[in-house]
Amino acid sequence: MTPTSTTTAARVDVRKTYKLFIGGKFPRSESGRTYEVTDAKGRFAANAAQASRKDARDAVRAARAAQPGWAGATAYNRGQVLYRVAELLEGRRAQFVADVAAGEGLSARRAEDAVSAAIDRWVWYAGWTDKVAQVAGNANPVAGPYFNLSVPEPTGVVAAIAPQKSSLLGLVSVLAPILVTGNTVVLVASEDRPLPAITLSEVLATSDVPGGVVNVLTGGTAELASPLARHLDVNALELAGVVGAADVTWGELEADAAENLKRVRRPAGESEPNWKDEQSLESILAFTETKTVWHPKGM
Amino acid sequence: MTATSPARSTTPARSTSGGTHPATRTADQVAADATAVVGSADLSNRALRTFLHGLSGVDQVGLDGRATVLGTRSIKTTSKAWALDTVIAMTDLTTLEGADTPGRVRSLVAKALNPEPGDPSCPRPAAVCVYGDMVTVAKQALGSAPINVAAVATAFPAGRAGRTARLADTTDAVEAGAEEIDMVIDRGAFLSGDYRKVYDDIIAVREICQQRAGEPAHLKVILETGELATYDNVRRASWLSMLAGADFIKTSTGKVSPAATLPVTVLMLEAVRDFLAATGVQVGVKPAGGIRTSKDAIKYLVAVNEVAGEAWLDPEFFRFGASSLLNDVLLQRQKLATGAYSGPDYVTID
Amino acid sequence: MSRFEYAPAPESRAVVDIDSSYGLFIDGEFTEAASGQAMKTVNPATEEVLAEVAEADEADIERAIRAARKAQEKVWGPMPGSERAKYLFRIARLLAERAREFAVLETLDNGKPIREARDVDVPTAAAHFFYYAGWADKLEHAGFGPDPQPRGVAAQVIPWNFPLLMLAWKIAPALAAGNTVVLKPAETTPLTALLFADLVRQADLPAGVVNIVTGAGPTGQTLVTHPGVDKVAFTGSTAVGRQIARQLAGSRVPATLELGGKAANIVFEDAAVDQAIEGIVNGIFFNQGQVCCAGSRLLVQESIADELVDRLKDRLGTLRVGDPLDKNTDVGAINSARQLDRIRELTQAGEDEGATRWTSDCPLPEKGWFFAPTVFTDVSAAHRIAREEIFGPVLSVLTFRTPAEAVAKANNTPYGLSAGIWTEKGSRILAMADKLRAGVVWANTFNRFDPTSPFGGYKESGYGREGGRHGLAPYLKGGIG
Repeated sequence: MTPTSTTTAARVDVRKTYKLFIGGKFPRSESGRTYEVTDAKGRFAANAAQASRKDARDAVRAARAAQPGWAGATAYNRGQVLYRVAELLEGRRAQFVADVAAGEGLSARRAEDAVSAAIDRWVWYAGWTDKVAQVAGNANPVAGPYFNLSVPEPTGVVAAIAPQKSSLLGLVSVLAPILVTGNTVVLVASEDRPLPAITLSEVLATSDVPGGVVNVLTGGTAELASPLARHLDVNALELAGVVGAADVTWGELEADAAENLKRVRRPAGESEPNWKDEQSLESILAFTETKTVWHPKGM
Repeated sequence: MTATSPARSTTPARSTSGGTHPATRTADQVAADATAVVGSADLSNRALRTFLHGLSGVDQVGLDGRATVLGTRSIKTTSKAWALDTVIAMTDLTTLEGADTPGRVRSLVAKALNPEPGDPSCPRPAAVCVYGDMVTVAKQALGSAPINVAAVATAFPAGRAGRTARLADTTDAVEAGAEEIDMVIDRGAFLSGDYRKVYDDIIAVREICQQRAGEPAHLKVILETGELATYDNVRRASWLSMLAGADFIKTSTGKVSPAATLPVTVLMLEAVRDFLAATGVQVGVKPAGGIRTSKDAIKYLVAVNEVAGEAWLDPEFFRFGASSLLNDVLLQRQKLATGAYSGPDYVTID
Repeated sequence: MSRFEYAPAPESRAVVDIDSSYGLFIDGEFTEAASGQAMKTVNPATEEVLAEVAEADEADIERAIRAARKAQEKVWGPMPGSERAKYLFRIARLLAERAREFAVLETLDNGKPIREARDVDVPTAAAHFFYYAGWADKLEHAGFGPDPQPRGVAAQVIPWNFPLLMLAWKIAPALAAGNTVVLKPAETTPLTALLFADLVRQADLPAGVVNIVTGAGPTGQTLVTHPGVDKVAFTGSTAVGRQIARQLAGSRVPATLELGGKAANIVFEDAAVDQAIEGIVNGIFFNQGQVCCAGSRLLVQESIADELVDRLKDRLGTLRVGDPLDKNTDVGAINSARQLDRIRELTQAGEDEGATRWTSDCPLPEKGWFFAPTVFTDVSAAHRIAREEIFGPVLSVLTFRTPAEAVAKANNTPYGLSAGIWTEKGSRILAMADKLRAGVVWANTFNRFDPTSPFGGYKESGYGREGGRHGLAPYLKGGIG
């Protein structure tokens, strides 16, 4: 037996391969492309998949397929599934803190705060699933012998451009409210800071969120946002992350979205907001349709 | 609707041509028609229930809405003159009071014979409608005039008597010469699901009507829709009565509120329309009770025209059971003739 | 010759005075258009010219928006809600008082049957003002925050199918929330909006709160793209709605778009058939089928399809087509020659593509733009008449075998405004209602409207809701749409 060396160098860690998240699976980009992601100091962090318009198409298809099931689950069930995601986020917080600190150049303390806020936000939205209809719905007292009820329903498939700077808290602030009512999502991660989005995908994949409910694309925001804005099987567009993105404006995407009258949530301002304060019922309702059902009352 | 539903016919529903008069059928033919429609030879309670509950449901709000729209038709000038005369000719001028006397009945007959003194162009009502014990008086007073005597029978209005008494009541009226019998169904039996009892009662009364010397007496079957409570029940009772051979289905006795309403009448017109399509037999409809004004009566005629079709615009197939309606129609008639509004002193009190 | 002919029962048109020409109603008074341009509005039942109305150009729009801005900032916005409410209640009452006049004018200008103008359009318009009047001083209870604020000046463009009612749907919630408006009525039906201006005068509404500018498409374009506008609300075709959405892209102006539809009216074999027939008739022949939420695709369960269609045709034989002013008319005139051409083109396409056409043999008037009730059977989902909005008295009949097939076919359209379900089975109604992608689902009824009930579409039928509490949101900052 050879004695173990007492002078062994520090262990070489096993690095993660960052891939896309489509339909519950982690494929590489069909284009085979990747791009280098660096941390805030410009050091190599990872090679992320550089998704193509075809990947975007596949993601929409997966989101569409998953939509009826997610919307058809009971609100209580959606609430539990989303809450479970928060539990898992808590379990992975160390990695999120590391990702956020490195990617956004935050101190450990501030990265901790951002991750905590993101998890708390997820919990806040999870609790909304079985309350939205009560707060945003109505019994309508029509002038006649009719039962009349208005309820909010998910608008369908939402393409969301995640914030460019706030790679986790901003991402969660955009993503969670869309999911509450039963929409499914094609999310374009922050172009330069995509790693927390991928890590979140891994959390989602091991959670009870059905495959296809959330699909995550990494790559060029301009390249991916445009086909999504023009895609006729996408019902709505969340443009929060377009401010600060290169080579694309939210106005041109909104114009593209007009082709099939997508619901468009415009960015609140021309620069990224402080996501600490961006938590609202309005974020949920922006991706709902009010359905009103009439029925006669007779014996 | 179920496979046995009669409404499966592909013949156009509204008819302009009409069909066989139900009174011309033998008892066997009635039974054969019923068997064919129900799709079961034994016509047991179970078979009747399956059939009647397989009829298309009725949405109350939708039916009420349809009746409201029919009621917005605006009938003017020559159409109105025709309608008023038609209403008179379709009226069963009625007195059904405990206090009826021979004098009261003779006075009613006099009104029927001469509704508008001095105007021979004024039509006469189709019938006078009285209790069975007044048939003889009415017949005598009418003489040979072409106005029928209709008698309410079968322990009218509640019908709460044994079959023997109900049939004896009918026999008395028929033997006294009544041309028309207005019977009541056993609502208790109907509501408790004993459809066969209701069916058998009607068959038995019809048999007596058919035995009348000379021509058979025509049978009107009163559903008392105000006690049936739901439109679904009205549709079922209409079909049950038609299956048993009713010549007319009639809404009400006039002793229960609500009596005739436009929606109920629309529903019964749909039933006779569909029965014609299913069997080729044309049954009449008689709303009774609560129709007091010309305006209301004309709404009923519009419903007849648009729901059942013009084949029913005939006293043989549509009647109004009313007492005070006639005078209002006469006032309107005078108004149309003179252009001036008339008043109650210018029509006779019967 | 039938036994019971209804003699004509025309509503008197003496109750309305139509001027030979109209200006623009800006800042509380009628003024000439800067352009000096005018257009004619025509009675579609007789093709006679009713009046000339001004065509507003950029200068006029500029003036109207400035007036609205001033009124919003100086008078209407600062006014307590309780005071705004009283003005709106006044308008509701005045509309009811002058109901006959509005109904007759609407029928003359639009061609719709007087029965509908009288029993639906005008009373529902008055009810709309009455409903929103009550909201004006209760906005903090509407669920849009503790101190909701108006957006400012609303640019509103409305269609020709329900001219006064659409005006009410637009103006009432906007005013209740504290906005002022510049409204453009449709090119072919401006008269009730101009009469409404007179009612605004009677109500003593402060100048500039309501401005009515008439004109055609370019006027509307100028209005909705004007930089001085804080809110756009449009009801009309999907094509124009799409154009507006594109033009507003990148701006901070939100839009409410109430666009086209191709609603499925689904009849199951256990439906209350007689009421379903009435619902089908009301669904597609109400207002000559010129209704965005019309039940233009009849989906019938195959087991009853033949019988239902026979009964339907028979029922259609009783529809009276003709003089819209006759109180007994069920189906009036098509609003314009252009629209009539469109209906003819699509029905021809239906025949050419192999569907079987049935048209009522009812007599049509010799003058005016009329189209007899028409039903297409043997229609497949690929036919143009099953996909495109016809906006006329034309029904396309398709069949289905199972509830799932009914849902799939009903949702198989880029539109999503309304849908109908006919079945006596309650649980099926609720399950169907959940699955239909439409903003309004009528179960065992159709084409019902109420001020308290939100209305608006999914998908390419537009976005935002009008009516009810939801109808306030588009006119409040922070509200959706």
